[in-house]
Amino acid sequence: MAIERILKDDASEEKGERARTASFVGAIAITDLVKTTLGPKGMDKILQSTGRGQEVTVTNDGATILKSLHIDNPAAKVLIDISKVQDDEVGDGTTSVVVLAGELLREAEKLVAAKIHPMTIISGYRIAAECARNALLQRVVDNKENAEKFKSDLMKIAKTTLSSKILSQDKEHFAQLAVDAVMRLKGSTNLEAIQIIKKPGGSLKDSFLDEGFILDKKIGLGQPKRIENAKILVANTAMDTDKVKIYGARVRVDSMSKVAEIEGAEKEKMREKVQKIIAHGINCFVNRQLIYNFPEELFADAGVLAIEHADFDGIERLALVTGGEIASTFDNPESVKLGHCKLIEEIMIGEDKLIHFSGVEMGQACTIVLRGASHHMLDEAERSLHDALCVLSQTVNDTRVVLGGGWPEMVMAKAVDELARQTPGKKSHAIEAFSRSLVAIPTIIADNAGLDSADLVAQLRAEHHKEGCNAGIDVISGSVGDMAELGISESFKVKQAVLLSATEAAEMILRVDEIITCAPRKREDRM
Amino acid sequence: MALAFDEYGRPFIILKEQDQKTRLRGIEAQKANISAGKAVARILRTSLGPKGMDKILQSPDGDVTITNDGATILEQMDVDNQIAKLMVELSRSQDYEIGDGTTGVVVMAGALLEQAERLLERGIHPIRVAEGYEMASRIAVEHLEHISKKFDFEATNIEPLVQTCMTTLSSKIVNRCKRHLAEISVKAVLSVADLDRKDVNLDMIKVEGKVGGKLEDTELIYGITVDKDMSHPQMPKQIEDAKIAILTCPFEPPKPKTKHKVDIDTVEKFQTLRLQEQKYFDDMVQKCKDVGATLVICQWGFDDEANHLLMHRNLPAVRWVGGVELELIAIATGGRIVPRFQELTPEKLGRAGLVREKSFGTTKDKMLYIEHCANSRAVTIFIRGGNKMMIEETKRSIHDALCVARNLIRNNSIVYGGGSAEISCSIAVEAAADKYPGVEQYAIRAFADALDSVPMALAENSGLQPIETLSAVKSQQIKENNPHYGIDCNDVGTNNMRQQDVFETLIGKQQQILLATQVVKMILKIDDVISPSDY
Repeated sequence: MAIERILKDDASEEKGERARTASFVGAIAITDLVKTTLGPKGMDKILQSTGRGQEVTVTNDGATILKSLHIDNPAAKVLIDISKVQDDEVGDGTTSVVVLAGELLREAEKLVAAKIHPMTIISGYRIAAECARNALLQRVVDNKENAEKFKSDLMKIAKTTLSSKILSQDKEHFAQLAVDAVMRLKGSTNLEAIQIIKKPGGSLKDSFLDEGFILDKKIGLGQPKRIENAKILVANTAMDTDKVKIYGARVRVDSMSKVAEIEGAEKEKMREKVQKIIAHGINCFVNRQLIYNFPEELFADAGVLAIEHADFDGIERLALVTGGEIASTFDNPESVKLGHCKLIEEIMIGEDKLIHFSGVEMGQACTIVLRGASHHMLDEAERSLHDALCVLSQTVNDTRVVLGGGWPEMVMAKAVDELARQTPGKKSHAIEAFSRSLVAIPTIIADNAGLDSADLVAQLRAEHHKEGCNAGIDVISGSVGDMAELGISESFKVKQAVLLSATEAAEMILRVDEIITCAPRKREDRM
Repeated sequence: MALAFDEYGRPFIILKEQDQKTRLRGIEAQKANISAGKAVARILRTSLGPKGMDKILQSPDGDVTITNDGATILEQMDVDNQIAKLMVELSRSQDYEIGDGTTGVVVMAGALLEQAERLLERGIHPIRVAEGYEMASRIAVEHLEHISKKFDFEATNIEPLVQTCMTTLSSKIVNRCKRHLAEISVKAVLSVADLDRKDVNLDMIKVEGKVGGKLEDTELIYGITVDKDMSHPQMPKQIEDAKIAILTCPFEPPKPKTKHKVDIDTVEKFQTLRLQEQKYFDDMVQKCKDVGATLVICQWGFDDEANHLLMHRNLPAVRWVGGVELELIAIATGGRIVPRFQELTPEKLGRAGLVREKSFGTTKDKMLYIEHCANSRAVTIFIRGGNKMMIEETKRSIHDALCVARNLIRNNSIVYGGGSAEISCSIAVEAAADKYPGVEQYAIRAFADALDSVPMALAENSGLQPIETLSAVKSQQIKENNPHYGIDCNDVGTNNMRQQDVFETLIGKQQQILLATQVVKMILKIDDVISPSDY
């Protein structure tokens, strides 16, 4: 008798080997897609959106590429997800995590074909991941105590991160920018305090870090363009027509003269408000909402610089840098904390006028102005810088540092290999496979740089056989080099996150033996 | 389809639009139903046990769920067949009632159906089969009671409870840190449990997840987390010994519900109205301050002015807190939800030892922790994990573990796991079968065979030789008259489940057998399926 159909019409079900193959194929396809962007000589991708305008993004950032893909394969979705999380959590290593997970699955596929049960592979991978982590832990360098050395560590990390991005030409410059910016945060991971302003024009080299704060606004007409020793009131209040907020209130009059009277009263009210604000003893007033002409004029008369329509982030940042509080009522001037800065002036970047606050009290926030030839360039530069900033801010919290250039992978692979030899049973195959996947990363880096990967990795392996070796792949000269001398470092936290998330994702996909796809929701076709 | 004719030989219509319906009757109907039930069970069979595999489920919107929880798989499978829907219901009711064993119950029902099919082929009437099953299930349940052990634990010694939760968690993806999660679950349950009344209100345990971090970072918070931040960026991020005003009225100008108009026709009126408005905001904030609140939690939004006034008076505030969370906060802090500013009194304030804002990762996600509450019964389990699917799956696993811990507190009888209870029942039912004189004997024997299918699936999923292993364990049980022998899924080296500390709750197991029998009985009793045909 024919087996009844259980699922709905369009639903599909894939079982056992087929389900596993489907996930392997999907995951490996994704890996192959982003593989070529790995490393300092990695290539970029052009992404064209399907939306209106068909916007083009040129990027080398794994998370950005994967985010923009429309994927149907469930296993591939898992990989995209881990890359996204990596981006949120540590900011960098988004490509590495996907590549490692993909390599783990590629090895697992071979093992499954050799009749090893997925569960055995998983338990092997788990042991291997733990072992790899411990191996790495033993070789970390922690320069927390030594501020000078730590700063140079940060510099190295920034340079390493940036070297795989579009900014690699000027990595020295940008690494300095990023390190300075992060050091100003003093340990907080709140990257919002670092503002990035993009202005097309000039070259990447013209980008600079500004100690103060730059607001992308114009100064009101007829108001001073330069204020020294500014006292700033940061506000979020209505400066258009301060409406009566009581519900249902409305103006109903019976003669024209009354209208004029009320208008007068309204103006009077606004004048009072402005007076109150000025009574704070300020010479600069920044408001989140609009400032109409009338109050603006009043401010100009009083010689107060009034800036309208600063957005939410702008206001918060400004409050943060100048040390003032965001005010909405102005009745007790003595208790409102005002912000201070040494100098406010209008500056020109390219063709745009911006307001520059310098000599601010709380040195936490700063602004990085990026200059570059085109929008695409700037967007990519921002992403790269963001990655670097994330990594640095994480490193400030967790000061452990490892070397880069494929060094950590080789160290881990060596330890894992050692373990595989000592482990009895089928698990040892899986552990061995884990080490092979780790070695795949330096291999890919070398391949992307157009080097002879087989030769280099073999050399590297031989080097690593010695105790305390610092060898890694020097992509620039195309040989095996001493990473400590070359100053290539990475954050331990990033490496650890890559290792753990990749193993977790691989495990998740391996455990699956059935895929059930529900019938897609029917959409009303408007065509 | 059969047609009826009246005495004049005219066709007689019994069913509306009879020719458009397909109809299955008698043995055909039963066989079709059984095969549908079996098909569902077969999907779940590989998910059983600590070495069970996961399923990927893709929802109609393309979202991916990866799970091995029986109830979740069936729920998301979007089945179309009526009998399959019954099986889904079955697993769901096990989930509601016990919370664990949702896969086992379906596998059990599938096995019972399989056995029933053979009996039907031999010509035994379905009702007799159903009755035989009923008798057998009664024997099995009694036997379970007989072999169950009382299980001792105290609030100070949680080790046995932790062990049980670990058994539950070991079949899930989180088994990497099952020890950690089991401890969290047990502590959470114990802190909300009423040990005298033997009752646990699981509503008091909130399970929250946030993507990022490691699974090991999952923590138990004696208090509540709210996915919100302070309304003003410059408010203090940490408040000790907070007195919390819980409000359901907005810091906004009043909006009377009746329709009204305030007419402004003179300058004086305009000015008084303005003054009133200012005073109104001032009053609201002052009232909160007067009663001694140091934190305001509000269900609604704040006006800019009010926000600043709050900030100004050094009164941190949280806005847009959801209704459910508001209630939880009220329960935890012992405060009252206040609908109007006028009704705010010092007694109605909730108390918490520490309120702090915590931010995560590189994104600006912030959470508010309310800890050391006056009424510290409410707890939150805060899950971290590599990705969304992982967190969802962890949530489900923790739910199962919580349910198990709760069941143990309600009723502290346990049976040993690893299929040992099923094998022991199977032996008992087999032995009892011979005492029944009627045709039911066959059904009872079939029931015993069906019971074997759970340990068989366990062995199969663990990569053991199913038949060999099962028969070895069975003979060992009979020889040594010890019901603690089961399948050694984790390759520990002993199959004494008592030594392995693998056990399950008695009520969970009993419920599984009873529910599975009930559903199978229901399916067997159907002898006519009328469904609208496809065209």
